[in-house]
Amino acid sequence: MPVFTYREAIRHALAEELERDANVVIMGEEVAQFNGAYKVTEGLLAKFGDKRVVDTPITEAGFIGAGIGASMLGVRPVMELMFWSFYSVAFDQILNNAANVRYMSGGQISCPIVIRGPANGGTNVGATHSHTPENVLANHPGVKVVVPSTAADAKGLLKSAIRDNDPVFFLENTLLYGEKGEVPEGEHIVPLGVADIKRTGKDLTIVTYGRSVLHSLKAAEILEKEHGASVEIVDLRTIRPLDIDTVLKSVAKTHRVLIVEEQKPFASVGTQLSYMIQREAFDELDAPIHRLATVDAPAIYSPPVEVEQLPNAQRVLKAALEVLA
Amino acid sequence: MTKTSSATAAKKPAASAKAADFGQAPVNAKLTAAQKIELYRTMVRIRRFEERSLRSYQAKKIGGFLHLYIGQEAVATGCCSLMGANDHVITAYRDHGHAIAVGMDTRALMAENYGKVTGCSKGKGGSMHYFAPDKNYWGGHGIVGGQIPLGAGLAYGIKYKGLKGAAMAFMGDGAVNQGAVHEAYNLAALWQLPAVFIIENNGYSMGTSQARSSAGQLAKRAEGYDMAWGQCNGHDLYEVRATVDEHLRMAREQCKPSILEIDTYRYRGHSVADPDNTYRTKEEIEEYRRTKDPIQVFQNLLVAERVLTEDLIAEIDTAARTEADAAADFAEASPFPTVEDIQKDVYWEADNPSERKSQGRLFFD
Repeated sequence: MPVFTYREAIRHALAEELERDANVVIMGEEVAQFNGAYKVTEGLLAKFGDKRVVDTPITEAGFIGAGIGASMLGVRPVMELMFWSFYSVAFDQILNNAANVRYMSGGQISCPIVIRGPANGGTNVGATHSHTPENVLANHPGVKVVVPSTAADAKGLLKSAIRDNDPVFFLENTLLYGEKGEVPEGEHIVPLGVADIKRTGKDLTIVTYGRSVLHSLKAAEILEKEHGASVEIVDLRTIRPLDIDTVLKSVAKTHRVLIVEEQKPFASVGTQLSYMIQREAFDELDAPIHRLATVDAPAIYSPPVEVEQLPNAQRVLKAALEVLA
Repeated sequence: MTKTSSATAAKKPAASAKAADFGQAPVNAKLTAAQKIELYRTMVRIRRFEERSLRSYQAKKIGGFLHLYIGQEAVATGCCSLMGANDHVITAYRDHGHAIAVGMDTRALMAENYGKVTGCSKGKGGSMHYFAPDKNYWGGHGIVGGQIPLGAGLAYGIKYKGLKGAAMAFMGDGAVNQGAVHEAYNLAALWQLPAVFIIENNGYSMGTSQARSSAGQLAKRAEGYDMAWGQCNGHDLYEVRATVDEHLRMAREQCKPSILEIDTYRYRGHSVADPDNTYRTKEEIEEYRRTKDPIQVFQNLLVAERVLTEDLIAEIDTAARTEADAAADFAEASPFPTVEDIQKDVYWEADNPSERKSQGRLFFD
């Protein structure tokens, strides 16, 4: 199977969807002539021209709002946020207009947009650029939220997102863009709302998504080698719709749960998961549900300390041992 | 007065043009007597609908807010009367006039006010959120100025699909200071989108007068974006049509956006919850009613043209009242949505389960 970076996999998904559907338009800051702030869209302008790959000014509310308006007429904009952190200046467009227009029109209007871009900490860019808003986004019925952890998932999920008739928010990670992985050849589609078991095990279930999957996999290896513990890792891949069934099936097997997420703890994705697991699998639990999240403060700049604020393999290991104790 | 910022902008009527001259503008001169009567009838239907809505609100049949269009009828009627197959409309929460002007059924509108399942948005949007995509009417939006980027997007969609059309994006004078509006102006000008940004300037953003909220002339801000702009009297239907027609043609034929400020006036408060006693005088309202009422102004013109007669005026008024009452009766007799309906129309996929591609839970409890 060919190996590509996460960045290349996303680019391939974009190119294939541009090729497939003349209504797909890539739009965003520096996506065309500059080849993408993170080079995700590199080469797309040259291949598809400036009608399909459109540079916007720094005007998130403006261009996302315009994308929403265009989508109501059947255009399928795939809009890049240079950082998902900038969603706050387009909040009204994203979460009042895109999320609500179908409902408020009694189902008459669809909003088939994708907004994609990186949403992560760990790059020493301070609190304003390090938001992970998947919980905030998923709090809004009407939207779908995707957080891929591997190249193959990123490609397959993005293709599903672009073909979806509801607004899909696709959260990437700058620290994953260079990560390589096998990507199936040909048309590779991953449906939204299907979790993936990234590692099978029997003693502990780690429910996670995004870059935290990588930390969890590392921790699981150490747990197996040094502690003889067998860990199962459930990668949610999609936050909403949520494949809770795969989570519950794993809990029924291991009876112990650790949630690992790059989220501030209060009302996070993990909060929702914990509620659902205790509600639907209470009798399966042999220990309280445990959670490892970002240390609860705005993202710190100081490079070595930021590593400790976020989930990392050592923190996952420590938390897992507590659940297994 | 009309001004343009670029030499390529369309020629505009002279500032001194009189009302009668606007009646001779090509877009008005070609109107048949029957078409003029229909324009008059639309304005009367809007007013009677709004008055009936107010009574229903006072009778506690309507919840939330109710922003009445009374006094502004010539704006929506004039603008929407010029729409072709590829022209689109989006507006804010004072959206009843535009909805009637594009041809929506007043029974569905009143039912929406009442929160009934027969409403145009199935009782899910309410008075501020009317939609009729089949009539190129894209709402009905609740957040001041939030609809303007969507309007630019409609224009983008028209251009992207290679259609000859225009998007009219309406806002009140209170919206012009919102950042999203300026972002949309910039994009429309930068990308040469076929948009007409229409400011319905009724003088007050809620209870704050224009003088207390906005620096400079509202439409003139177009110059900062190298866009054409204009201003016209919104009390005269002929003038509205003559002016908007030029802006629409500029958009359709040259793909040039513009801003048009239309002076108008609302007789009622910002919403019906507004006691309307802190920011303007009763005398001011009376003065407008007496001298500039858009229905009276057009009625006078059409009587002078011998298009309207006293009998016809009375007949149109009676029919409009009957229609508004019938709309209220229809709303009253209609059922509310059910609790099961709450979670319908949230996701396209959930509403089209046979075509659903995703898996997993879409809803949570």
